Amino acid sequence: MAFNLYYYASPATFYGLAGRLIPWFAWGAGILTLIGLYIGFFMAPTDFQQGEAYRVIFIHVPAAWMGMFIYLVMAFWSAIGLAFKTRLSFMMARALAPTGALFTFIALWTGALWGKPMWGAWWVWDARLTSTLILLFLYVGIMALWAAIDDRQRGDKAGALLTLVGVVNVPIIYFSVQWWNTLHQGASIKPSGTSMDEIMLAGMLVMAFAAWFYAIAAALVRVRTLILERERHTDWVKAILES
Amino acid sequence: MLRFLLTVIRRDLLLAARRRGDWLTSQFFFVMVVSMFPLGIGSEPAVLRMIGPGVVWVAALLASLLSLSRLFADDHRDGSLEQMLLSPEPTVLLTLGKAVAHWLIYGIPLLVIAPVLGIQFALPAEAILVLVASLAIGTPILSLLGSVGAALTLGLRGGGVLLTLLILPLYVPALIFGAGAVDAALAGTGAEAHLSLLAAFLVMSLLVSPWVAAAALRVSIE
Repeated sequence: MAFNLYYYASPATFYGLAGRLIPWFAWGAGILTLIGLYIGFFMAPTDFQQGEAYRVIFIHVPAAWMGMFIYLVMAFWSAIGLAFKTRLSFMMARALAPTGALFTFIALWTGALWGKPMWGAWWVWDARLTSTLILLFLYVGIMALWAAIDDRQRGDKAGALLTLVGVVNVPIIYFSVQWWNTLHQGASIKPSGTSMDEIMLAGMLVMAFAAWFYAIAAALVRVRTLILERERHTDWVKAILES
Repeated sequence: MLRFLLTVIRRDLLLAARRRGDWLTSQFFFVMVVSMFPLGIGSEPAVLRMIGPGVVWVAALLASLLSLSRLFADDHRDGSLEQMLLSPEPTVLLTLGKAVAHWLIYGIPLLVIAPVLGIQFALPAEAILVLVASLAIGTPILSLLGSVGAALTLGLRGGGVLLTLLILPLYVPALIFGAGAVDAALAGTGAEAHLSLLAAFLVMSLLVSPWVAAAALRVSIE
């Protein structure tokens, strides 16, 4: 059986699919978080340089990854939406933005908690910190633009354009630790191997998957609400709402 | 095509010349914002020299945002913008012309005022020269990127504040390299690296912004 992408590009069919997927991702996120936090707090050894405070990476690194990655996904859906005028793409972009902003904020907040014992400062104007802060501003700006435009189609397209303009910031964040000599440490995980202990790496990857699952579940819940709101004039939505 | 571009620019210059009050407001805003800082922080020359480049640059960003909210709004209100969009000429030329005109009207005066403000902040002559050079390269970026924001927020309630939210994050590289160039000149390490990066950013905005602004304008007018 071929998976028909166009079939699920219709809001009516995607609504059902999202409803079936949400419990899996939500439960997956919960269970993976428990496993990841258990590994992070009870199994992973104390770092020989950073002591116990390094354990914040189990939340900080996945959150920072998701903050950047969700922006890229938003830019992807925005480009698809502008190119093919598909309704669902814009709804996906709108559904993802609050989660992306949340993860970016968590990354900044946990980074501050880690920075105080390590660097002796809650905040430094380092290239990576600054560019992540700008990412948060971009999320806020895009959501403010959506909120200010009452006309749905105009809001969709304007937000998509702004998302695409801001996408240049993501590679700047990602490579900032290489391009500039920053206080923020470089990547510990590279394609050529990792400088981390295996159990630490396992904990972080489990937490990364938990963040993925949470982001997918949250976005799907939001996109279902958006679909209901936008398709409220259709028969199938009326049938759902009446039952 | 070139004639259309020149017509757009000449029209905006003419409109600005007929309405000098609007034009002066933006310039005085720039001067006043900059002058507030020594009053608030204190008049220690060493401190002023340290904050001067950044203050002048931030004030330039704010002054450009102030005038950008009207970039398309006046033409939108009297309907001439729709007529221009209906013309067979490409919309890109319209947005490019508008941005160029905005720079000529609001950017160039900043270059003329900046040396005076530099003296107020006890900057040495070389640093003032670099400040003017960095503003000369940087203010077109502000007009170009700002035209995108002005097109996106056209006709929205609270458009001015929204424009600030949208565009300030995009201005950050210009601010960092522009003020950084003057700081580097003050530190004696040479400003060429910063100015080159700023020029690269200008080329990039010139290549991208008119098209995005044109697309945004079409979205906003539909």
